[in-house]
Amino acid sequence: MTAPPLGKDLVGLEDLSADQIRLILDTAEPFKEVSERPIKKVPALRGKTIVNLFFEASTRTRISFEFAEKRLSADTVNVAASGSSVQKGETLVDTARNLEAMRIDMVVIRHPSSGAAEFLGNRIRSNVINAGDGKHEHPTQGLLDLLTIRDKHGKIDGIKVCLVGDVLHSRVARSNIWGLLKLGAEVGVCGPDTLLPRGIEELGVCRFRRIEEAIEWADVLNVLRLQLERMEMGFIPSVREYYRVFGVTAERLEKVARPMTIMHPGPMNRGVEIDSRVADGPHSVILDQVTNGVAVRMAVLYLLAGGRPELADAAKRSGGLE
Amino acid sequence: MRPLLLKGGRVIDPSRGFDQVADVLIQDGKIAAVGTGLGLPDGAEVRDVRGNVVAPGLVDVHVHLREPGNEDVETIASGARAAAAGGFTTVCAMPNTDPVTDNQAAVGFIVRQSARAGLTRVYPIGAISVGQKGERLSEFGEMVGAGAVAVSDDGKPVVSSHLMRTALEYARTFAIPVADHCEEPTLAAGGVMHEGLVAARLGLKGIPAAAEEIMVGRDVLLAGLTGGHVHLCHVSTRGSVALIRSAKEQGVRVTAEVTPHHLTLTERDCERYDTHAKMNPPLREAADVAALRQALKEGVIDCIASDHAPHAYDAKEAAFDDAPFGIVGLETAFAVAYTELGAGGILTLAELVHRMSTAPAAAFRLPGGTLKPGAAADVVVLDVAARWTVDPAAFFSKSRNTPFSGRALAGRAALTLVGGKVAHQAEAPAGS
Repeated sequence: MTAPPLGKDLVGLEDLSADQIRLILDTAEPFKEVSERPIKKVPALRGKTIVNLFFEASTRTRISFEFAEKRLSADTVNVAASGSSVQKGETLVDTARNLEAMRIDMVVIRHPSSGAAEFLGNRIRSNVINAGDGKHEHPTQGLLDLLTIRDKHGKIDGIKVCLVGDVLHSRVARSNIWGLLKLGAEVGVCGPDTLLPRGIEELGVCRFRRIEEAIEWADVLNVLRLQLERMEMGFIPSVREYYRVFGVTAERLEKVARPMTIMHPGPMNRGVEIDSRVADGPHSVILDQVTNGVAVRMAVLYLLAGGRPELADAAKRSGGLE
Repeated sequence: MRPLLLKGGRVIDPSRGFDQVADVLIQDGKIAAVGTGLGLPDGAEVRDVRGNVVAPGLVDVHVHLREPGNEDVETIASGARAAAAGGFTTVCAMPNTDPVTDNQAAVGFIVRQSARAGLTRVYPIGAISVGQKGERLSEFGEMVGAGAVAVSDDGKPVVSSHLMRTALEYARTFAIPVADHCEEPTLAAGGVMHEGLVAARLGLKGIPAAAEEIMVGRDVLLAGLTGGHVHLCHVSTRGSVALIRSAKEQGVRVTAEVTPHHLTLTERDCERYDTHAKMNPPLREAADVAALRQALKEGVIDCIASDHAPHAYDAKEAAFDDAPFGIVGLETAFAVAYTELGAGGILTLAELVHRMSTAPAAAFRLPGGTLKPGAAADVVVLDVAARWTVDPAAFFSKSRNTPFSGRALAGRAALTLVGGKVAHQAEAPAGS
């Protein structure tokens, strides 16, 4: 029996090695096919109990995790912050202890505070998967972005990826930066300085203050969602001006001869950070990202549950190991 | 009370530039004599303190003792006991209690609770503004009459420059410092740690150094304008140091303090979301730590203050955003400073005693900080050879929130005397 290939929890890509990230991506490959079958289910996690603990509203991520869990035959419970004991003032640590007392196996947590997933992971025996903690990381989103880039370009090493928009408040951006850097991509960030963290260059990324320069440089644009409340908080003067200065538009993309891969973690604000013609265009892989999300999450769940990566393919075919 | 002779220690009295092996005779609660070959009065107790340092009791001008309002977390008695264990004979309690210490009755309560505890002297600091609301001045005169030694809205900045100006002017009548927590609120809003690379990585909202420096700059300008005495609490940035240095060169009446944690820890201690490293002002960068140490050595920063901030045992058991700011410090302050600065060659032991006793007493015009014959016998015997490991469970404070848990430190108070009375005696006396 070899050591588990991942740690107990998946908190962020910063903590993973390049080999661990590749392992997850490789493990996701055979799981992609499961979702293409008429009967989309393998018994790999039969008998495992998973709680999806969402302290923040989420549609895409929660559904994606839920599909991944169900397609692996796990038993799942969804807990949303509204209407739960959380709303009645229960602390995160009490919530964790109560879940643990029900003898669960895994928790998928989304929380508005950075570090909440690590906090939980350090206090319960169950595996914890971070589904987005504050402005920190959203590792499965980072992984599905990596898988999508690898699918599209055949590799990640040497690919130039620029994150466009609100990097400051984006957990997606942080997970992308770590994952891409570890796998050898070049990473850029582009946006107004009000929305880029101070000192971001020290992580090893290059900063573009003009979208035209970013487009000139990049192979892939990962366009981040602009949270509309940022405008009220004074980070940008208006959505209209943001679109004019930083919007990823067809006109801007046409100025470069080569095709540009367009990504977006969703949900999109069409006509704010991205032009509809770009989002729906031939080089958009936005829906591939969503498809890959289920496979990547299946891989993470499988590996954290102790599944052996070399058997993921066999698990897919024969009904799997437990 | 029997006369007491502390025999054979290294006596450091920065108030008189005294530093040599000598005996200290304490009689009737006062320092009777310091020297060699002192005659022994009848019935005197002799304590052999060879190998130890005898110094004026330490003085901390910035502690939070949570009484009234949060007695489950700390009381004046438990805080005074913790202070004595840390070698402090005088501490100044900040007024952000519940209710706020903003009137003579509230100030008198703290004076009485301190007398009742009969340990380390606890002097009240009154609020600058009624309810610390930052709107109108509280009654400085009545509070000083009841025993307040300074005014501060600590915990909150004085946002209104007009209020700060009038506080500095009005305080001149009573010859008290106005102590300010320097934080420009619109820049600091929502911040939980230093704005820098670590915050960027952790996805935590930062508090830029400029949030402190803008208010330091304003305060020294207003002190210059009014001739009032401004005392700057817990200075944390190299930019603040530069502003204070320049103000002092121009003769502005400004004093400043720095905490042991800002002298020794950095933003990196917030890694892994360690809530024990969450304080306000936040832990800054290595270059700030270096500048603060240099400023303390030069006297640009006058003194070390603990900013002792107790919290309930489970309050830090939370996500970083949700945890309260602050740590306890009375029982670790000397050892942290001595281990990191004294043994580290930054400050001599005499300089450290100065910055933790004589200088803070002078900044707040308090008695203490001296072994001059005739002064109250507020004395600490420091066992500088002691090696110990911080165990929060052993604290006399009711709270345990410290980032130094498990840290191996050098130096501790073997004996603390307040007015000649034993307020603390370490379990294993020096030399045993």
